[in-house]
Amino acid sequence: MTLEATDCLVKLYEEHHNLEDYQGGVPRWCTGCGDSGILTAVQRLCRDNDLAPERTVFVSGIGCSSRLPHYMKTYGFHGIHGRALPVAEGIKLARPDLDVFVSTGDGDCCSIGAAHWIHAIRYNMNMVVMLHDNHVYGLTKKQASPTSPLGFKSNTTPRGSTLLPLNPLTVTLGVQNVSFVAQAVDWIPELLYEILAAAYKHKGLSFVRILQRCPQYLPKMFDPWLQDPQKSLILTHDRGVRPSAGLAKIYRNQQEHDPSDINRAREIASLEDPIPVGILYQNPDVPRYEELRNAGQLRTADYIKAGLEAEFDKFTIWPDGHDAPAA
Amino acid sequence: MNEVLTSDRPKARAGEAASAKKVVTLDETVVEIISDSGEGAQRCGQSLGAIAAKSGNGVWTVEIIPAEIQPPARSVAGASGNRIRIGSHRITNGGDEADLVVAFNEQVLLGRVRAGELKPGCIILLESMWRTNRNAAIAESYVSTHDQLVKAGYRVYEVPLELECRKLVKDPRKGKNMFVLGMLCSIYSLDLELGREQIAIAFGKKDHKVIESNTALLEAGFAWAEANLDLKYEIPGVPVTAPRMVMNGNTALALGVLASGMDICAMYPITPATSASHYLSDCFEKVGGIVHQAEDEISACAFAVGASYASKCTVTITSGPGLSLKQEAIGLAVMAEIPLVVINVQRGGPSTGQPTKPEQGDLFAAMFGSHGDAPKIIMATSTIEDCFYSVITARKLAETFNMVVVILSDANLATAQQPFPRPTFSEDWLAPPLDQAPVPAGARPYDWDPVTGLKRRFIPGQPGGMYTLTGLAHDRDSHVAYDPAVNEESHRSRSLKLAAFQRTLKPPAVFGDTEGDLLVVGWGSTKGAIEEAVTRLRAEGRKVGSIHLQFIQPMASGIKEIMQRYKKVMTVENNWSDDPKDEIINEDNRRYGQLAFILRSRFLIDIDCWTEDRARPIKPGTIVAALRAKLAQ
Ligand SMILES: Cc1ncc(C[n+]2csc(CCOP(=O)(O)OP(=O)(O)O)c2C)c(N)n1
Ligand code: SF4
Repeated sequence: MTLEATDCLVKLYEEHHNLEDYQGGVPRWCTGCGDSGILTAVQRLCRDNDLAPERTVFVSGIGCSSRLPHYMKTYGFHGIHGRALPVAEGIKLARPDLDVFVSTGDGDCCSIGAAHWIHAIRYNMNMVVMLHDNHVYGLTKKQASPTSPLGFKSNTTPRGSTLLPLNPLTVTLGVQNVSFVAQAVDWIPELLYEILAAAYKHKGLSFVRILQRCPQYLPKMFDPWLQDPQKSLILTHDRGVRPSAGLAKIYRNQQEHDPSDINRAREIASLEDPIPVGILYQNPDVPRYEELRNAGQLRTADYIKAGLEAEFDKFTIWPDGHDAPAA
Repeated sequence: MNEVLTSDRPKARAGEAASAKKVVTLDETVVEIISDSGEGAQRCGQSLGAIAAKSGNGVWTVEIIPAEIQPPARSVAGASGNRIRIGSHRITNGGDEADLVVAFNEQVLLGRVRAGELKPGCIILLESMWRTNRNAAIAESYVSTHDQLVKAGYRVYEVPLELECRKLVKDPRKGKNMFVLGMLCSIYSLDLELGREQIAIAFGKKDHKVIESNTALLEAGFAWAEANLDLKYEIPGVPVTAPRMVMNGNTALALGVLASGMDICAMYPITPATSASHYLSDCFEKVGGIVHQAEDEISACAFAVGASYASKCTVTITSGPGLSLKQEAIGLAVMAEIPLVVINVQRGGPSTGQPTKPEQGDLFAAMFGSHGDAPKIIMATSTIEDCFYSVITARKLAETFNMVVVILSDANLATAQQPFPRPTFSEDWLAPPLDQAPVPAGARPYDWDPVTGLKRRFIPGQPGGMYTLTGLAHDRDSHVAYDPAVNEESHRSRSLKLAAFQRTLKPPAVFGDTEGDLLVVGWGSTKGAIEEAVTRLRAEGRKVGSIHLQFIQPMASGIKEIMQRYKKVMTVENNWSDDPKDEIINEDNRRYGQLAFILRSRFLIDIDCWTEDRARPIKPGTIVAALRAKLAQ
């Protein structure tokens, strides 16, 4: 066999993917919706890491943001409201070999699915969780969400919402076993991509809160941050992300932050003005549930049979003269 | 057998001990052992059941459990223990009232007397230490209860349990139960050697001292009864010729999970289902399986659906209120056609309801509990053996039809023990290996067969099969589709699968008369009691028969034809129905038992129901009375 032919074969079997290989149906989000930017970033991420579409699963709950799996050409699971995380955990425990991504909204994750959110952090299974945080219920047409700003006038709070918003970053950083927390914004695609790429590389549950514009119901919500780059604090580190030279010229409010420092991470997470953008916390050493549980073992029929017979023995009454097999 | 356990022991065997007592041969008997919780009556009862089973007897044990973990001592509602029905023949239920009761105090005994659980003239072996209690009120309560019971005709024997046990151990509270076991071995002429073996098994994990002191108590109890009681019975067993297993229904369910080849069980603790998961947690991981305790039932079910979607069929185990929480995810599995096995060990009521008590109350919830049209297979287990095989069947059906299969067991089966033939392993029980082959070009994720509604499931990892599962109405490509024709087509396909499966079902076997005056229809754990009642009535010359439904949805063909061969048809169920004799109840407002409701609507036959919801297993004698009343109408 000539060298060229071998090369050829390698080429033949080596899957190489283009962006189109990850592009599913035509997105049905409103014009200007921040979800589109998130979709573009994850499609790039899949291409750049050459993820096999058949070994990649995008899981979501219900909401505008949860439509994302439909626009990928991978496997997808568009499930029920609030339960994206348990579904993703089931997939990962059954199939640790699959790459799992989760898209969830602020209602989906922080309201109806709040219990699962806390526990997903504890399980720390290897997956990327993207919280598409638009501060509003989009799909159900403008109700207040747990992250809506105080005084937000919505269909269920016509005189303004009465509660202070919940901060998903501080909540997540308060949970035992947290291993990766970052914040991105849909309007800085470069950092959104870099942060998601770091999240993908992290082994454990990577929680990325993405501030996402909803021009339909909260058209002006993020204007102050769009208009004034100083209102975004870019977290930089060798083990985090660094803006390109061009971006750094616009976003000059930067701070070196070591993502292994959880106390500082918690302080940064509490900042309201400016808001942090970058990786707040990362600890690669937190054990992962699927590994703790030895998920994905090969179970042959003989193996199961041997275990089953041993259990049967414990309950068996043998006929007279017939002794139980040695335990 | 270990030397230490057998050397220098009195070799008391059936009939061996010097006793000239008259041995009365019984066909069967019902024994109860009751105490405050923590005094070990349950272990004593279970051991007695195991010894009898090993002696070749038919056995059924029923746990008597108070709802609280530590109810106050000596309280009427606090009885904890076991009922053991032992027979010369196969025993299928807990029977009627007890023939002999061992009580560790008079208060727990009173609870059983008031509940009508004792036969008139029942033998009572009563701990006598309370007679001389320093607390005058206690002593008085004991004496007056004792006297009342004697007056009421019970044969009361006072037994100095505490006193005798104190000769051997410091804390008799922990040892009385084995003394009692020894007494019962003497009374029922059971082989004491089997008792010793049972102790070795029960305390196997503890050190030798524990086994030795318990064995000494066992032997002392045996010797005491030989010397002091004039009670001697024999219930001849049939020699055991093939290996049998003795266990309760929850253990059988858990072993069924193991045997089905499923890899993952996702659950959240709830009584009475939990013990199945306890046992599974212990044995599943030894063969590479995983029990995942989720943060709640919603999560457990969603987790199971996710695991099933990406891999083999998964199981989730729960009881009533947990089933309610799982319903949304069950609906999703139905819509998306993901295989799933849901085991519901039924109990009574919401919140903590009657968590330790049986009820067949969740048939409607299983059938109609999810939103929208959610066709799924519903099966009910009726024996301990059935609990084992049902899980294997359910897994297979779930994967063949890409459906949700609900198995309904209940608190009665969960804790009852019964011997059954040891199953012979078959590779057919196991799920086939995961299909990871490329999907043929052009194949679609929901390519419904126009006749059967069946479709092939694509599993992540299969090249070319990529699709996004959705709970929204979808077309054959799994694309969200709202057009009316697509919506109807997908509904139709999911529904047809039930019909396709139904075509494979055989009509249920008729027990008793195949035509006549009355047909009884039952489901679940009442099978043994119903069939016993039918047998007794037939012995009186009545023309009655019964059928027991394993599949409630879909229902086999031929049931209507069977019903039409009888003058009357009635269900017997352990759930609520209105009594037609109640003042304001009439045909327009009467609520029927759940199976009766379903049968009436399916077959348009005037099917009656008799139900009891007394938070305990229905007794065959009670059913006999109900059937007689129906026959007399
Ligand atoms: C059990 C249940 N309750 C309520 C709903 C209705 N519902 C669908 S999406 C949604 C909220 C969506 O908001 P969010 O999660 O923030 O996502 P967004 O649409 O803003 O992306 C609600 C309440 C539902 N689908 N299921
Ligand atoms: S409603 Fe808001 S979140 Fe939903 S698609 Fe439109 S812009 Fe996006």
